[in-house]
Amino acid sequence: MSEEKSNNAYWSANIRLIVWSLVIWALVSFGFGILLRPLISGIAVGGSDLGFWFAQQGAILVFLALIFFYAWRMNRLDRDHGVDEQ
Amino acid sequence: MDQFTLNLLFVGASFALYIGIAIWARAGSTSEFYAAGRGVHPITNGMATAADWMSAASFISMAGLIAFVGYDNSTYLMGWTGGYVLLALLLAPYLRKFGKFTVSEFIGDRFYSQSARLVAVICLIIASVTYVIGQMTGVGVAFGRFLEVDNTTGLLIGAVIVFAYAVFGGMKGVTYTQVAQYVVLILAYTIPAIFISLQLTGNPIPGLGLFGEHQASGEPLLQRLDQMVRELGFAEYTTHHGDTFNMVLFTLSLMIGTAGLPHVIMRFFTVPRVSDARWSAGWALVFIALLYTTAPAVGAMARLNITEQFWPEGVAGEAVSVETIETSPDYNWMLTWRQTGLLGWEDKNGDGRIQYYNEKSADMQTVASERGWQGNELTNFNQDILVLANPEIANLPGWVIGLVAAGGLAAALSTAAGLLLAISSAVSHDLIKGSINPGISEKGELLSARIAMAVAIGVATYLGLNPPGFAAQTVALAFGLAAATIFPALMMGIFSKKINNHGAVAGMLAGLVVTLVYIFLHKGWFFIPDTNSFTDADPLLGTIKSTSFGAVGALVNFAVAYLVAGMTKETPREIQELVESVRIPRGAGSAQAGH
Repeated sequence: MSEEKSNNAYWSANIRLIVWSLVIWALVSFGFGILLRPLISGIAVGGSDLGFWFAQQGAILVFLALIFFYAWRMNRLDRDHGVDEQ
Repeated sequence: MDQFTLNLLFVGASFALYIGIAIWARAGSTSEFYAAGRGVHPITNGMATAADWMSAASFISMAGLIAFVGYDNSTYLMGWTGGYVLLALLLAPYLRKFGKFTVSEFIGDRFYSQSARLVAVICLIIASVTYVIGQMTGVGVAFGRFLEVDNTTGLLIGAVIVFAYAVFGGMKGVTYTQVAQYVVLILAYTIPAIFISLQLTGNPIPGLGLFGEHQASGEPLLQRLDQMVRELGFAEYTTHHGDTFNMVLFTLSLMIGTAGLPHVIMRFFTVPRVSDARWSAGWALVFIALLYTTAPAVGAMARLNITEQFWPEGVAGEAVSVETIETSPDYNWMLTWRQTGLLGWEDKNGDGRIQYYNEKSADMQTVASERGWQGNELTNFNQDILVLANPEIANLPGWVIGLVAAGGLAAALSTAAGLLLAISSAVSHDLIKGSINPGISEKGELLSARIAMAVAIGVATYLGLNPPGFAAQTVALAFGLAAATIFPALMMGIFSKKINNHGAVAGMLAGLVVTLVYIFLHKGWFFIPDTNSFTDADPLLGTIKSTSFGAVGALVNFAVAYLVAGMTKETPREIQELVESVRIPRGAGSAQAGH
C-alpha cells in the first residue's frame, strides 16, 4: 500500500470516528437535554426527569467518555496506519 | 477571630502559596517560560488548563444564574463542557502537530497571509477584552465582600491588584502555580457544597444529593424546590420556560466559543506529543467536570435554603421578621452583603416582615392583596453574590467562608491576569511587531505590552462598573465573538484544503462584524449603557438573544468563506501539503517559538 493511500484510509477512518462521536455529542446535549426532553420525560430521575438529568449532569459525563474513547481509538488508529509519532 | 480576619488569613495564605511555588519552580528550572510546558504530563496540563479556564464566570456567577432560573440555564453547563469535545476532536491534535505557539500564527501560516493573521489578532483582542469585562464584574463582587466595602470600591481595588498580578506576569506561565490555584479553587467550591448537601440530603456528593431526598420533608429535593418556588409565583425550577430555539443556539455558541478561545487552545500547543494533546483535553474536562457537576447542586440547594430562610414556616405561614434579620446570627449574611450594595430589602407594607415573592405573577397579586403585601420586599438580590454568600447562608463554619473567598479570588485573578497577558502579547508581538513596526526594539515591545495591558484593564474596569450583564452573561458574549471568528477559521484550516487566504479573511471579518453589531444593538454600542436599540427580552431577529448570536455568526463565517474561496484563486500546492502534514501525527517536533 502506498503512503498516499494509507494516509487517505487513515483520514477517512478518523472522519468517520469524528462524525459518530459528534452525533452522540449532539444527541445527549441538544437531543436528550433540550429538544427530545418532552419525549423522554416519562422516565423519572430523582425528583425530575431524564432530560433534566442529561442537561444538568448526564451530558457532561458522556462528553468525558467521548473524549477518552476518541483519544484511545485514535492513538490505536495512528499505530495501525503507521502514522504515530516515534 | 472575626470573619474579616479569617478571610484575610485564607486569602493571604493562598497568595503566599502561589508566589512560593512560582519562586520554587523558577529556581528549579532553567527552561524558559513556554518551554516548561513541554515536559508537562497530560494530567498536570489538564489541571492547569482547568484553572486557567474556570474563571469568575464559572466559580462566582454560574451557580447563581442556574439557581434563579433553573433548568433553562443548563445551557451554561452543557455549553462550557461540550466545547472540550470539539477541542479534542477537531482542533487540539492538529494544532499541536502544526507546532507553533499562538493561534494567530497558525491562521497566518495556513492562510499564507499577513492580513489573515492581523484579522485573527483583532478578533482575539476583541473577544479577550469582552471576557475581561466579565471577569472584572466578578472581581468587584469578590473584593467588595471580602474587604467589606461597596461594589465600586471593591472593583477599583481589584483592578489595581489584577494589574499588578499581570505585570508580575511570569508566574502565570508556571504550570505548578496553576495547579495550586486549581486545588484551592476546587476545594473552595466543593467543600461548602458537600456540607450543604449533607445538611439537606444526607448525601456527601452534591451531584448525587441534587437528585436525592430532602431529609426535612422526605420528598425528593427537586420536587420540594419546585413546589416552594411555585407557591411564591416563580417559574418552576425543573421545567422549560424560555424559547427552545434560543436555548439550542446559546448552548452551541458557548460550545464553539470554548473551542475558539486563545488562552485555552494555547495549552494544547505545549504538550509533549500529539497523542497527549488528545488526552489533555480529556483530563482538562475531568477537572472542570468536578466543578460543573457540583454547580447545579449548589444552585438548587442555595435557592431552597434562601427560600426557606425567608419563609421559615413555609409560604402559608408568616414571613421572616425584620427584627430576626437584624439580630439573628443566621441572617448575618444579609447584613454583610447589604454593605456591598448587591443585596437590599425594604418593608414596604410596614408589617415588620420581609415578604419575598414574584410580584409580577398574576396569581401572587391576588394572594398579595388578600394578605396585605405591597410588592416583593427583597428589592435587590444580585445573582452574582450567590456562590460567595452560600456558605454564610447555610451557616457553615468561618474557615469555610474564608476558603471560598480565597477560591473566588483565585478564579477571578488568574483568568483576568492570563487574559491581560494574552491581550498585551497580541498587541505588542502580533500587532505592532508583526505588522505595524517590525523594527521595534525589545524595550519598545515590552513598553507597548504594558501600555496595552493598562488600557485593557482601564476599559474593562470602566465597563465593569456598568456591566452589560452578570459576570457569566458578559463572558458568554466573549464566547459568541470567539465562536463567530476563530473557531471556523481554525476548523476550515484543518478540514478543508479549499479555503484560501481571501476566503478565511472574508469569513472572519463577516463573522466578527455581524456578531459585534448584533451584540452592540442589544447591549449598547461599545457596551456603553443606554445606547442600545433592542433588548434581549425582545430581540431584533425572532427569539435570538445577543448572547446566542455567536452560533449564527459562525454560520455566516463558514458560508462567506466557502463562497469567497470558490470565486478566488485556489490554495497553493505547498499549503495543501501543509494541511496534509497537519492531519497525521508522524513527524511532530516540539513546538517552535514564533519569529
